[in-house]
Amino acid sequence: MQRAPKRVALFVTCLVDQFFPLVGEGVVKVLRHLGLEVDFPPAQTCCGQPAFNSGYRWEATVAARRFLEVFKDAPAIVAPSGSCVSMVRVFYPTLFHNDPQRLALARQIASRTYEFTQFLVRVLGVSDIGARYADGLVVTYHDSCHSLRELGIQEEPRALLRAVQGVRFVEFAHHEVCCGFGGTFSVKYAPISTAILQDKLENIADSGAQVLVATDSSCLMHIEGAMRRRRMAVRPVHIAQFLAEGLP
Amino acid sequence: MVEVLTHQFQKSAQKALRDAFVQNSLRRLSHFHEARAQALAEIGLERWEALRERARQIKAHTIQHLDHYLAMLAEQVEKWGGKVCWARTAQEANEYVLQVARRHGVRLIIKSKSMVSEEMGLTHVLEEAGVEAVETDLGEYIIQLARERPFHIIAPAIHKSKEQVADLFAQRLGAEPVTDIPALAGIARRALREKFVQADMGITGVNFAVAETGTIAIVTNEGNGRMCTSMPRVHIAIMGMEKVIPRWEDLAVFLALLTRAATGQRISSYVTFVTGPRRSDEEDGPEEFHLVILDNGRRRLLEDPELQEALYCIRCGACLNACPVYGKVGGHAYGWVYPGPIGSIVTPMLVGLPKAKDLPYASSLCGACREVCPLRINIPHMLLALRQRLAEGAPQERKGSLLEKALMRGWLFLVEHPWAFGLAGRVASLLQRPLMRNGRIPWLPPPFNGWTRSRDFPPVASRPFRARWKTLTRGGTHD
Repeated sequence: MQRAPKRVALFVTCLVDQFFPLVGEGVVKVLRHLGLEVDFPPAQTCCGQPAFNSGYRWEATVAARRFLEVFKDAPAIVAPSGSCVSMVRVFYPTLFHNDPQRLALARQIASRTYEFTQFLVRVLGVSDIGARYADGLVVTYHDSCHSLRELGIQEEPRALLRAVQGVRFVEFAHHEVCCGFGGTFSVKYAPISTAILQDKLENIADSGAQVLVATDSSCLMHIEGAMRRRRMAVRPVHIAQFLAEGLP
Repeated sequence: MVEVLTHQFQKSAQKALRDAFVQNSLRRLSHFHEARAQALAEIGLERWEALRERARQIKAHTIQHLDHYLAMLAEQVEKWGGKVCWARTAQEANEYVLQVARRHGVRLIIKSKSMVSEEMGLTHVLEEAGVEAVETDLGEYIIQLARERPFHIIAPAIHKSKEQVADLFAQRLGAEPVTDIPALAGIARRALREKFVQADMGITGVNFAVAETGTIAIVTNEGNGRMCTSMPRVHIAIMGMEKVIPRWEDLAVFLALLTRAATGQRISSYVTFVTGPRRSDEEDGPEEFHLVILDNGRRRLLEDPELQEALYCIRCGACLNACPVYGKVGGHAYGWVYPGPIGSIVTPMLVGLPKAKDLPYASSLCGACREVCPLRINIPHMLLALRQRLAEGAPQERKGSLLEKALMRGWLFLVEHPWAFGLAGRVASLLQRPLMRNGRIPWLPPPFNGWTRSRDFPPVASRPFRARWKTLTRGGTHD
């Protein structure tokens, strides 16, 4: 990892931009609280993952080229999504394997693109950001697949959550198992996706947690959609929003 | 070759999801998963990772020089008096087995478990030719009596309850209806004992074939495999061409990985090594030994840099046990011989991608398979490569509907034009109003209704982040 930068560019991700803007605000609030300057390049849109995961690599490459163009001068790029960061860090080099010039740029940019908790804990070296909640709030964490298995993010969000005053952190059973989202999988193979999700909901409920935290709004959107339908009392929330709401 | 039913994936998957008994059986997979975790804890992560790394190196080297090692294997087998058949297709392999059976006037064959023979549809072919072939692995025996296909690579009958097995034994063997497991095993043992004694020929699979010695290794837990290699006059071993490993000492690496990944055992109850037929100074073993080396489409994998790693697979089944999708739909939904994550790579390549279009998409790409794979086969990334072929490949391989293509193009326009991206959000936030109930969207029109059947959809924000950014001044309030 490089020396901690003073200035970061926020890649808010299309999902957060259009559906969960409070998550984006949370990222900004936490980063500013830690003394960083935050830029938001307005020309940003989507990393290209929806097309890539469906097999449409030509379309994904167009999106990726745009991302590189928009963020090429950013000293560090932070995004509230392990999935979108995986796209940049892991899959952009695959997309540009036939384009040596862009491949080099993609690799450079990939090396300074971070998932939010990864950036806080690994780059800034911070786990206690000074957030606090009323004593005894029971919080649990769902490992999003791309965060965990493409980026190896496991300890970072847990360290951040454990450091929040008032929070009692608990693990729920099979927290590392997929929630069944999988992008278009959740629509194309809805009955399978739903059956996988059902197990996840039961495990979360059994943990007694009041709050379910994750690094990805996509998984949370999926889990929340079923929780609302079943009127579960657990609150699903993105870690950036959760930390920001605990700040003074 | 066994009939390909991969095109029925959606239908078979839904059937499995509705079958309470199958769902219950699938929960038992967690035993394998836990046993594996325990075995890893015992051996220690560092040693485990070292073994995985070594195995990958050996496989990478072997697959790069596959023809060399296969030739060495064949030469050694022949040197020790065995015969080698190079079969390009399942049909060629079946014909060879039939030919040998006919030459020896074989009436009864005992078989130990072999996925590659499932691929060939061998027992069916033999039956049609009037040769009785009996599966002797208990699970496979149950499956054969039920006229079904294996549900799992290493636990073919895991979807059956002891009550179902009791019914099956009563019906097919005229056995007493008992439901305790030792009694059921006893019924099978007595029925099979007869077959072991009478059989003229034994057919086995091959877990590993050692090129330098011409030895095949068979890993079993019931002892049936060794009966098949030692009792009948003729032994035919059948292997997919990727099963070769260069050296005897490589077995130490692969045996240590295979049983731990598969069942959590340090070693299986039986590991049988066979090098050619019985020699003049030996008392046991067959008079003739044949090794069938089957391609059946594997060369397509070999010549495919993106998918070649699928040939590293040692068929331990760990990816099935870890896969959330397999854990819900089970093995039959995958429609051919190899189910689960590795099946979703191997099957399309062996039966043809146009016939197996669902398999690469029937995954959430969670990567649990790669995490548990003893060879660290990068299954999710290979699924993505197959998806590319389905979306952008030759017309007969394409799966994507015109609607999907149109949606992708529409999406791309938004991606390329931030103003349109913002505008689309605003339009959507107006359009969604009639669909909103208590701040959520409980129903969406096709093709998105799959989501809303079981989940609410969140509304598009009335003010997207990009609009809020302008007011997010330093130190501003967080609303």
